Amino acid sequence: MSRFGGALRSEVTKITSTRMWWILAIIMVAYIAVCAGGAAALFGALGDSTNGPSISGESLAPLIYSFGPTLGYVFAVLLGALATTNEFRHQTLTPTFLATPRRGRVLVAKLVALTGAGALYGVLAMIAAVGAGAGLLLAFGIDPQLGDPDTWALVGRSVLAMALWSAIGVGLGVLVPSQVAAIVIVLAFTQFVEPILRLASSIAEWTAQIGQFLPGAASDALVGASFFSLAAGAGGGGTMLEWWQGGLVLLGIAVLVSVLGWFTSWRRDVT
Amino acid sequence: MTAGVTIEFSGLTKTFGAVQAVSDLSFTVEPGRVTGFLGPNGAGKTTTLRMLLGLVRPTSGTATFGGTAYRDLPSPLATVGSALEAASFHPGRSAANHLLTYTQAAGLDRERVQLVLHRVGLGAYGDRRVGGYSLGMRQRLGLAFALLGDPGVLVLDEPINGLDPEGIKWIRLLLRELADEGRTVLISSHLLSEVQQSVDEVVIVSHGKLIHRGSLASLDQSEQKQVIVDATDRAALAAAVEAAGYTVSPLRGGVLVENAEAADVGRIAFAAGIAVTALSQKRVGLEESFLHLVGEEGAL
Repeated sequence: MSRFGGALRSEVTKITSTRMWWILAIIMVAYIAVCAGGAAALFGALGDSTNGPSISGESLAPLIYSFGPTLGYVFAVLLGALATTNEFRHQTLTPTFLATPRRGRVLVAKLVALTGAGALYGVLAMIAAVGAGAGLLLAFGIDPQLGDPDTWALVGRSVLAMALWSAIGVGLGVLVPSQVAAIVIVLAFTQFVEPILRLASSIAEWTAQIGQFLPGAASDALVGASFFSLAAGAGGGGTMLEWWQGGLVLLGIAVLVSVLGWFTSWRRDVT
Repeated sequence: MTAGVTIEFSGLTKTFGAVQAVSDLSFTVEPGRVTGFLGPNGAGKTTTLRMLLGLVRPTSGTATFGGTAYRDLPSPLATVGSALEAASFHPGRSAANHLLTYTQAAGLDRERVQLVLHRVGLGAYGDRRVGGYSLGMRQRLGLAFALLGDPGVLVLDEPINGLDPEGIKWIRLLLRELADEGRTVLISSHLLSEVQQSVDEVVIVSHGKLIHRGSLASLDQSEQKQVIVDATDRAALAAAVEAAGYTVSPLRGGVLVENAEAADVGRIAFAAGIAVTALSQKRVGLEESFLHLVGEEGAL
């Protein structure tokens, strides 16, 4: 256990000893605060008009808060993916495996460390989303529902989702050790491929059954609210997993890509 | 410091596709001495060292530290310190934090970080990001990593590469000191001249095969003597020396006689009545006998 503790401490130091984690965090927090605040102001201002999109008062606040994970998860995935691809890129796998020759121990320590870092990103993302969102809802006289336990359950599930996404990033980085390729895959999949697949899957009942297992859909199910599922739901075919099922799907993806990566790159010769 | 143990290579073989990078390599490296692991670039030195350190899986054979494979060592960094050729640093991380991550992973005392930084002369630069380090400073940081666990065995791949003359002098003294403390020191190089002042023993490989194993002096004994001689009538001179049983080859400025003493060649010329215009003994250096051993590729 103490050996695992050493490997875990080492992985935490690796995250905190370069500037990347806080630069990414600042960008994420600013992005979420602007979007959540902007959306709260937009819907707050449209609240009384009849021709704007109508979202009832009590469902608006959770939607605004869900900007935390829905906009933030890409940062969590990138944090995890960069943590592993940096080891390949800068050839630091050599000293890492010299200090800890048991490679499985290194991979598990990395997954645990980055899951923790992802949870921290989740906390920061929710501070940004709830802070900016609730502030502007209040300014427009809308109840931010901060007294509602459901709101805080959503915050907790959002932090969990961010933690799991970071672990997925670690696994992805092991499966795709090329840093450029990993970043391209993360951005292309999260920003382009998956949204299209989710929209396409909502056209029929049987495709929706498959579509709910897409990672972004599973994440939305875990969080419990998102603009995307609202849009999909409006389309008629939106099917959602239970929140815990969504969490299990994300966990399953993290484990799957890590195990695949173990065989394709992690246990290979380090030259 | 843990005691130096014997490094044992036994039938070590590595095949990359159709290429046999290392073939059936067997030798031992003893404590208390500096052993040079020599061979031209591409001879399989780095692959051999990476197999020894558990980074590359051998196709067959074993490489152990007193019978224990690297991955089975109870505390690897405190037993074996290594610095491999590739600069393995995150450029955005400071040298001290670079060393700290591995100190934590290996469960070592974190005071070792400053201690080894001072020992390699980087004490004042520990907080600088490695991205700004010169090649020589990176070499020293690699060495600091090797010394982190105060190990009894040191495995260094091309440690002299990239060092300035002052750094070379410094590392020679350090290697000597480490061996005198009873540690096992194995250093690789593609240039004998680079390490011949530091090593006691040599292991020479070429094309992945062991071609010479012995003390540095053993390499000296295989040294051959040559004579360069010239005369106005060069053809007659060459014929006379050849007739006396020597192997000769033409040079731009005379005739090269293999395995000969200048006095003998002079006597032959005198007996043949040829006036010699030049006569000199040429000693083949260690480097040339090394090149001779590793073949033409050594010139690369």
